[in-house]
Amino acid sequence: MTVIVWIVEGTWPACVDAARTHAPADADLVLLHVTGHEVPGAAHGAYAGLLGRARPDRDPGTAVEHLAAASAEQLLAGAAERLGRPCTRQERSGRVEREVVAAAEGADLLILARDGDRTHLGPRSLGPASRFIVDHAPCPVLLVWPETAPSTVNIPPPPPHPPHHR
Amino acid sequence: MDDVATVRAKVYDELLTPALHPETLALHPEKVGTPPGKAPPLNASLAEALSVVLLLAVLACAVIRPWGWPEAVVAVPAAGVVIATGSISLSHAAAEAARLGPVIGFLAAVLVLAQLCDDEGLFHACGAWMARRAAGRPRRLLVLVFVAASLITAVLSLDATVVLLTPVVFATAARLGARAKPHVYACTHLSNTASLLLPVSNLTNLLAFAASGLSFTRFAALMVLPWLVAIGAEYLVIRRFFATDLDAGAEAPPADEPRELPLFALLTVAGTLAGFVLTSALGINPAWAAAAGAAVLAARALAQRRTTPTAIVRAAALPFCAFVLALGIVVRAVVDNGLGAALGHLVPGGTGLPALLALAALAAVLANVINNLPAVLVLLPLTAPTGPGAVLAVLLGVNIGPNLTYAGSLATLLWRRIVREHDTDVELGEFTRLGLFAVPAALLLSVVALWVSLQAIGG
Repeated sequence: MTVIVWIVEGTWPACVDAARTHAPADADLVLLHVTGHEVPGAAHGAYAGLLGRARPDRDPGTAVEHLAAASAEQLLAGAAERLGRPCTRQERSGRVEREVVAAAEGADLLILARDGDRTHLGPRSLGPASRFIVDHAPCPVLLVWPETAPSTVNIPPPPPHPPHHR
Repeated sequence: MDDVATVRAKVYDELLTPALHPETLALHPEKVGTPPGKAPPLNASLAEALSVVLLLAVLACAVIRPWGWPEAVVAVPAAGVVIATGSISLSHAAAEAARLGPVIGFLAAVLVLAQLCDDEGLFHACGAWMARRAAGRPRRLLVLVFVAASLITAVLSLDATVVLLTPVVFATAARLGARAKPHVYACTHLSNTASLLLPVSNLTNLLAFAASGLSFTRFAALMVLPWLVAIGAEYLVIRRFFATDLDAGAEAPPADEPRELPLFALLTVAGTLAGFVLTSALGINPAWAAAAGAAVLAARALAQRRTTPTAIVRAAALPFCAFVLALGIVVRAVVDNGLGAALGHLVPGGTGLPALLALAALAAVLANVINNLPAVLVLLPLTAPTGPGAVLAVLLGVNIGPNLTYAGSLATLLWRRIVREHDTDVELGEFTRLGLFAVPAALLLSVVALWVSLQAIGG
């Protein structure tokens, strides 16, 4: 059985903990991190907007690319340490939500955390990326709360019954 | 101040030689003759066509950078050609060079100052400060990034924010375990929006400063309110736009690092700022204050053998300075030979709120088509006669406008799409959507703020 744990900045510890609790002892665990292109791209773009600077070696986008690679490696190392079980680390780059779906191809379980507005329960507690992944994942999905799951007391009362029609 | 500006504007107008001024040509066709002892000047439409082609070539090469050439390799010969063919008279070219010379010196001094501050560890210390104060809270980090990026852009120019601060901001966010996107996007946006405050903040400001006839302190006094308002608008938009990423939290505990305070660099920068105020009060060109600041840091770095004269000269970006000068001359030829008259009808006169809004919008559109540097060079001679208010409205447009397209202009954007130089180009959708929220809001509010400043302080 292959279990993919999607590691994202800010919310990953909950996913690692869920893997420790719910993945069978003999499962192959894969820690997956995806680096998006947007952040280095924005830095490249800002430098390109400075007309006439003539020094490609000063392009901050390149520096950010290197930093991003280093930080992804560090993040996965931290996650592996917290997991405390044998696992494989997988680093991908591209459109984040599509890379995660592609990586989940053939897996038996994908673990991810809610990353939207978690102060209000409801559809917005899933951000655009996790919404896409939940909708398109080719395998079962375990969706966890980054912090303690909210109690059912917080669920608003049901709307009044619609009037009966004949 | 008004008088100075008006006199300058008149001088500027009179500089347009009658033989080449299109309106004069239309009225007095007999003037198109060969003055005795001079090379035959081109007829105005031919001269305009030639200058436009050369300008397009210069801009195309600056965007495309064939064979990795410095931009000046094409720009300087192009300036030579417009002078040699008489598309711009020698006296005009000399006047333009004399106007741009101090501006370029100022620019070079600020570039050196920023690089030496980086060598002194100022930006690294800034990252450590942000990490410490953010205490693992992404929203707090965003506020700190706004403070740092706004101040650094205003004092050490937008180049410093783009080249030196952006990687530091990314590293800081990564170290805290926060998502970097909101902070890096804020940095790139602020390199434009926060470059309104001082003449040194942006090359466009330096050009406008020279044309407006304002003193350094008056420029800053008029721009401080638009600067604050534009930054505030950006903050609200970015905070809301990236709410999801900011809510995600930051897991990594802040590492205990020794506090570092590059006192010498900070004091030098503070001294340079004081120098700007002082020189401006004494009627000396504030470029000298920047040069003095750069010289102090350079002397220390050289004495401690932490840098070399070559590195300092490299930091001054001489090819870039040559490019700006050459571009200025070619643009002047284009403006003189007919574009000025053509655009003159589009450029609204007056400094009422509607006129200021229209000017800023026109400037933002022009900046987005090619780049804000040629846009400001074209618009300055047309707006300088109206007064400082109009010039500053143009600045708001050319400085805030580029945030609409992530590479500063459509031309650069298209070219980058074609060559795909970096396989990490952003998805256009997100950046453009952010720009569509941020730019109109920041532009509109800052123009209103400028209008209020002009009413309160007077142009």
